[in-house]
Amino acid sequence: MTELRAEARIALAIAHKDAIAELRGRHAMVSTLFFAAVVLLLFGFALGPDAARLAAAAPGLLWLAIVFAGILAVNRLHLLETDDDAFEQLALYPVARRAIYAGKALGGFAVMLLLGAVVLGAVGILFAVDIGSAWGPLLATVVLGAIGIAAVGTFYAGLTVRLRAREVMLPLLMLPVLAPLLLGAVKATAAALAGDPFGELGAWLQLLVAFDVIMVVAGAATYGYLLED
Amino acid sequence: MKTRILGFVALVTVVVVTVIGLFVVPPDANQGDAQRVMYPHVASAWLAYLSFGVTALCGIAWLWKRDLRFDAVALAGAEIGVIFTAFAIWGGMMWGRPIWGVFWQWEDPRLTTTALLLALYVGYLLFRRLTDDPERRATRAAVLGIVAAIDIPIVHFSVEWWRGLHQTATIAAPDRVLDPAAPMAFVGTLLGFVGAFTLTWLYLMIRRYQLARAEADREEAARVERIVSARTVEAAR
Repeated sequence: MTELRAEARIALAIAHKDAIAELRGRHAMVSTLFFAAVVLLLFGFALGPDAARLAAAAPGLLWLAIVFAGILAVNRLHLLETDDDAFEQLALYPVARRAIYAGKALGGFAVMLLLGAVVLGAVGILFAVDIGSAWGPLLATVVLGAIGIAAVGTFYAGLTVRLRAREVMLPLLMLPVLAPLLLGAVKATAAALAGDPFGELGAWLQLLVAFDVIMVVAGAATYGYLLED
Repeated sequence: MKTRILGFVALVTVVVVTVIGLFVVPPDANQGDAQRVMYPHVASAWLAYLSFGVTALCGIAWLWKRDLRFDAVALAGAEIGVIFTAFAIWGGMMWGRPIWGVFWQWEDPRLTTTALLLALYVGYLLFRRLTDDPERRATRAAVLGIVAAIDIPIVHFSVEWWRGLHQTATIAAPDRVLDPAAPMAFVGTLLGFVGAFTLTWLYLMIRRYQLARAEADREEAARVERIVSARTVEAAR
């Protein structure tokens, strides 16, 4: 128990370090949010101007924007570690590897949560979707989606960050893995917005929980191998 | 020599089952000749899953034993698995056009899962080419293969749900051939295809493994040569 608490403290310290770096640099979050906004605008051009069609497509567009921007965000969090060989230093910490993974994933989760909340608000405004009426289930979906993207993204960003072609490889490897999350999150969002007429919201949230748990465990178990070399 | 015999046997059995599947077995009562596509299709799909299972297990074995031969098998599994996956998807589309009226049926969870499977392992193969050091490559590929294999059941399960929560299945399951009620001739032909394709798979796996080992030896020889020549230049100074 004390060991677990110590690991949690280490994870928090690493997430704290990333948060400070981000607050001082700031450009990563701003550019990621702006990218998400541009994606939403382009979706509007691609499917609009029919308002009913945009509102119907809104759950899918919301999550595509979050996933696309999320790739940039998790990549950014690992790029921090490539400056001055910081990744090597991270690997040298005499602590459990899963604590390092948890720390990086926690930072990713914070970023994804902020991103998800902002994009959700933007979708509400741009596509005339009433998010206020179902804010509880929507919030739960965004939180679960943020955990999943951070868990998967931290693993894949750690895997690709030292490759020459990481800009291509990260989305290429990560997007197919995120397919179940995308599916569950879009369905949960759509169900929540419609007032859950078929009583399926709980099932989709459960799918997201299962995805998150499996991916967090898989990431924590394998991340150490990425720090090895 | 043994491998060559295996290859020959595989070739002969594939030819034999193809002739049986095309000309000997009667056409399906409902689907007609299109149903014949199912024989190679189901057999390829089975080998695709087997290949990726082998890749994941060999990844675990590499992380555990640190023997590069496991990595060579993992590579062979992924490469040959991609070929059989593509073949299975192609066969499925050829079957779907006359039976469903479309090449692509989003409501079929197997089709969508298999498409993502292809994407996962093409990514795996592309990823492997980006790391030069053999041991690093083996480790990175191993964790990638393991996480991809973990993802496959989640994908399948979620896609099944995606379709199922809204409406009951509108289309008869495409693998009715495995139905025990199906006439023995159909089941026998399918099993024949599975056997013939599995022999072919085994032959391809062995050959690809041998090739991977030869490539590794050459890489190693080139590395040694570089070190030796660098030392000679230094000594000459």
